[in-house]
Amino acid sequence: MSAHDHAGHDHAHGGAAHGSLKGYLTGFFLSVILTAIPFWMVMTGAVDNKQATAIIIMAFAAVQIVVHMVFFLHMNPASEGGWSMLALIFTVILVVIVLSGSLWVMYHLNANMMPGLHEMREMP
Amino acid sequence: MPETLTKFIFGRLTLESLPLHEPIVVATFIAVALGGLALLGAVTYFRLWGYLWREWFTSVDHKKIGIMYMVLGLVMLLRGFSDAIMMRLQQAIAFNGSEGYLNAHHYDQIFTAHGVIMIFFVAMPFVTGLMNFVVPLQIGARDVSFPFLNNFSFWMTVGGAVLVMASLFVGEFARTGWLAYPPLSGIGYSPDVGVDYYIWALQVAGVGTTLSGINLICTIIKMRAPGMTMMRMPVFTWTSLCTNVLIVASFPVLTAVLTLLALDRYVGTNFFTNDFGGNPMMYVNLIWIWGHPEVYILILPLFGVFSEVTSTFSGKRLFGYTSMVYATVVITILSYLVWLHHFFTMGSGASVNSFFGITTMIISIPTGAKMFNWLFTMYRGRIRFELPMMWTVAFMLTFVVGGMTGVLLAVPPADFVLHNSLFLIAHFHNVIIGGVLFGLFAGIAYWWPKAFGFKLDPFWGKVSFWCWVVGFWFAFMPLYILGLMGVTRRVRVFDDPSLQIWFVIAGFGAFLIALGILSFLIQIGVSIMRREQLRDTTGDPWDARTLEWATSSPPPAYNFAFTPVIRDNDAWWDMKKAGYKRPLSGFKPIHMPSNTGTGVVLAVFSVALGFGLIWYMWWLAALSFVCLIATAIGHTFNYHRDFDIPAAEVTQTEEARTTLLAAQGAGA
Repeated sequence: MSAHDHAGHDHAHGGAAHGSLKGYLTGFFLSVILTAIPFWMVMTGAVDNKQATAIIIMAFAAVQIVVHMVFFLHMNPASEGGWSMLALIFTVILVVIVLSGSLWVMYHLNANMMPGLHEMREMP
Repeated sequence: MPETLTKFIFGRLTLESLPLHEPIVVATFIAVALGGLALLGAVTYFRLWGYLWREWFTSVDHKKIGIMYMVLGLVMLLRGFSDAIMMRLQQAIAFNGSEGYLNAHHYDQIFTAHGVIMIFFVAMPFVTGLMNFVVPLQIGARDVSFPFLNNFSFWMTVGGAVLVMASLFVGEFARTGWLAYPPLSGIGYSPDVGVDYYIWALQVAGVGTTLSGINLICTIIKMRAPGMTMMRMPVFTWTSLCTNVLIVASFPVLTAVLTLLALDRYVGTNFFTNDFGGNPMMYVNLIWIWGHPEVYILILPLFGVFSEVTSTFSGKRLFGYTSMVYATVVITILSYLVWLHHFFTMGSGASVNSFFGITTMIISIPTGAKMFNWLFTMYRGRIRFELPMMWTVAFMLTFVVGGMTGVLLAVPPADFVLHNSLFLIAHFHNVIIGGVLFGLFAGIAYWWPKAFGFKLDPFWGKVSFWCWVVGFWFAFMPLYILGLMGVTRRVRVFDDPSLQIWFVIAGFGAFLIALGILSFLIQIGVSIMRREQLRDTTGDPWDARTLEWATSSPPPAYNFAFTPVIRDNDAWWDMKKAGYKRPLSGFKPIHMPSNTGTGVVLAVFSVALGFGLIWYMWWLAALSFVCLIATAIGHTFNYHRDFDIPAAEVTQTEEARTTLLAAQGAGA
């Protein structure tokens, strides 16, 4: 009589979905493509602008995270009775707060507190 | 022995590392050693080692682990408070040319140790212990989701505490303040072992805290009794859930930032240095992303305690349950949006400062809503002023003042005047003592009979209560005044003699608090001696409302013979009103987790690993790391993880309770 037998909510939707060969292969090929393109971009210098290249690579990385979550971690809105989705949303909110907040704060601090050398020379 | 060999074996640990030149530390060491020997001797004499090992140290029972957390918190409270009273004494006498009795080297360690110990090894173990003990009982579960992990988490927390305590007698502790800001905490300005003790103590304890957070989240989400929907969970369980979510979301940030600091110190990276593109301000930013949620980690469970206590002792359903839950959730999210208010003065522009000032002020809205909910719960209630309720009222009066000074500090221009002043010190002690400590005492007095089967002695409890409350006001109101006059924190000697009177008053307050702690210890001792008079045979000594009071005091190892079915958020109150009858027969064997000593072993290796890293004993670090991994992997091959309590034993336990209850009914 395990304590797990009487969890408080309906188990019909509970539990993580199990993967199929098709799902894993789809995930695998998507990951390969999403990894190959950034490599190709860097190695051939397809886009001239370095900053644009970096942003595109980061976008591919973000898409790859979603691919991993869907195909390898089997996340969908119903898994674990919706708790996975809720936890994901919470995590995303926090990560966005922490990253954007830190960038904003550190940009301010850098601008106000760490003047570069040439700016120092221009200072009165 | 050739010098290279000594250096290989002992790293940078030499005889000079022992603080033999500090008479205060030597005297403390002698006292601790004698006391410790007496304790070990007593345990050996009464042949308690086997009992302690089998029944407590290796136990995976959430109730026993909870109690051990509380013991750890209490022991560390004595250490943290000794630091506090030493600082108060120093500041009260270091006037008119006097240097006081503490040198700068020692004084700086004391204020750092006080902060670190009080937050990480007093408040955290107390809060975790309370959650560990109460949450599974409140949701009708037999244990937490991962019982071994729970034991392991506890021993990792102890491991961190052991490292901090070791720093008192072997080497030194950090002299950087409790958050160890670089560049001061960098290798250039703190070349000694102090900061390394700080880093590894917190890393070891942090593993325990994070894992226990995961464990309790999982327990609350997966193991609630049937019928207990999220909106029927007791408020303490709700606040525990939010606290543990905060732990899991924020402690990895602390781990990461301390790892970066360790890399700076050990391998010469430049994350937080002044040179080579490093930026110490990034450390301050990151550590407060952890640090601000941390203060809500501490206070939220106590808000839960006050909710349980208020509704029980007012004899009423909690006013505004739904708003209480939403206020808690809102605080959980908002606590991530305010971290910059800890460094308004570091040079962000007006837009950043206003944003974080406003979000900080917004937090007072859900907190204020909670305060009104408690007041409305008391309104027209039949209030019984027992000890937990007295702490709750003292909390409401004290915490509101701390909250208001907090809103004051949230105004950036005001903060520019008050930053790092004693006003700030008074503010956060006002909310941490007035909120967390008072809440813990309320919770201890409230759940003690559940844990041990007898109530705490009310007389000594009241003595402790008045000493603490009056002592708090005496100790910290002068700091508000001094802060407004511009006195900064962490100062060792003073020039202006007119300030002395305020420090003397604050010292008197600290003395009263010392009496409060002493009375609390006496209260425990007296209660144990008078336990037969204070005995609770009903399991429900306060006429309470939530599920933990449905079982016996102390609860059997399996908590509930049959899992209760929940129909209301005051589950036990509902059962009492509906004429609930205990099941008297049909008991089945109960499946339970087995004890294991692996948690202790892993924690011992972790402490050895930390000690090796601190003293540059690389062989010790490498060896203990290998042992750590090997033990952890070895434990996965342990298949003796569970057993069944036979039905006969369950029947016996339950029948004993039936007899007890019948005697109670006949007597009444």
